[in-house]
Amino acid sequence: MNLNDIVKEFGLEVKAGSSHLDREVTGGYVSDLLSDVLAHADEGVLWVTLHIHQNIVAVASHKDLAGIILIQGRDPEKDTLIKAEEEGIPIMVSTLSAFELVGRLYKAGIRGA
Amino acid sequence: MALRRIKADLHVHTCLSPCSGLDMSPREVVNAALQKGIDLIGVCDHNSAENVLAVKKAGERNGLMVLGGMEVASSEEAHILVFFDDDDDLLGFQKYVYRHLDGRNDDHAFGLQVIADDEDGVTGFCDRLLIAATSLPAEAIVAAARTAKGESLIIAAHVDREAFSMIGQLGFIPPRLSLDAVEISAHIAVADAQRRFPDCTKYPVITGSDAHHPDDVGKRYTCFTVADGTIAEIRKALAGRDGRKTEC
Repeated sequence: MNLNDIVKEFGLEVKAGSSHLDREVTGGYVSDLLSDVLAHADEGVLWVTLHIHQNIVAVASHKDLAGIILIQGRDPEKDTLIKAEEEGIPIMVSTLSAFELVGRLYKAGIRGA
Repeated sequence: MALRRIKADLHVHTCLSPCSGLDMSPREVVNAALQKGIDLIGVCDHNSAENVLAVKKAGERNGLMVLGGMEVASSEEAHILVFFDDDDDLLGFQKYVYRHLDGRNDDHAFGLQVIADDEDGVTGFCDRLLIAATSLPAEAIVAAARTAKGESLIIAAHVDREAFSMIGQLGFIPPRLSLDAVEISAHIAVADAQRRFPDCTKYPVITGSDAHHPDDVGKRYTCFTVADGTIAEIRKALAGRDGRKTEC
């Protein structure tokens, strides 16, 4: 599945990086500790988090993640979106909780490491 | 003015912090620090400064220097120590923090939040949910502190910890954040912290006890060579300016 498919399937709102949605997603990772994502997330995965701080973009860019989904309709900070556009990191928002969203992503075939 | 080397534990809680022992009363905190040979403490309860003036008074009576501040939890749950020389600056900052802190404390779950006077009399209980995080991003907290009339001292707390630390929560210290220092917790050596966390080589490093019980006050401390215990002097010591220095 690529990000475009996921955006459509799960009704995500794309907040940044809309020109990078053709990327294939190789797996998923859920964490709200950025140090943990730096240590354990694999390249190409889709990251599910509630963090809206601009450091999420740097972490995603450094780890070459496919994109970030913010849960529960979280509203990213302005700096975060500016950075995400600069770095070409898609930021998408779901109204679902992390548990519910990840369950549905798993069902759609996205797997953890 | 002559310089002298003082021992400072800049991270001490009082009985106001929900997770602290009730024995962390202003007099007990001051006595515990003096017994350990500490010259200066920083009082920093979670998201509140309501016991600072009492500890300052008790400290003044007994010859202990006291910096007033608080340990603010940002919206990302990064803990930041913020101190002010001027009590009005501190109380103004407390108002700002309170405006961005929701919820009521649950004594049973989190503990009592005791407000005390300098003679250890209980004058009240803080009913705000001090254990919670504010809705303020780290950048907003730092920016607000820097707008104070007097000097402010801003330190990222226990950055080596996984949870509640700026590096743990945010992966690294956000660029251009106006910090004076980073604090490492009591159980890690400076060299280890610098090896594990590159940010610890970019900012001056201090250690503090993060004491929640009298036995822990002064367990770890930082030595400053300074003319006095004001924030201006401590910031000089952190920057290594004018013959002032920091050792930990």
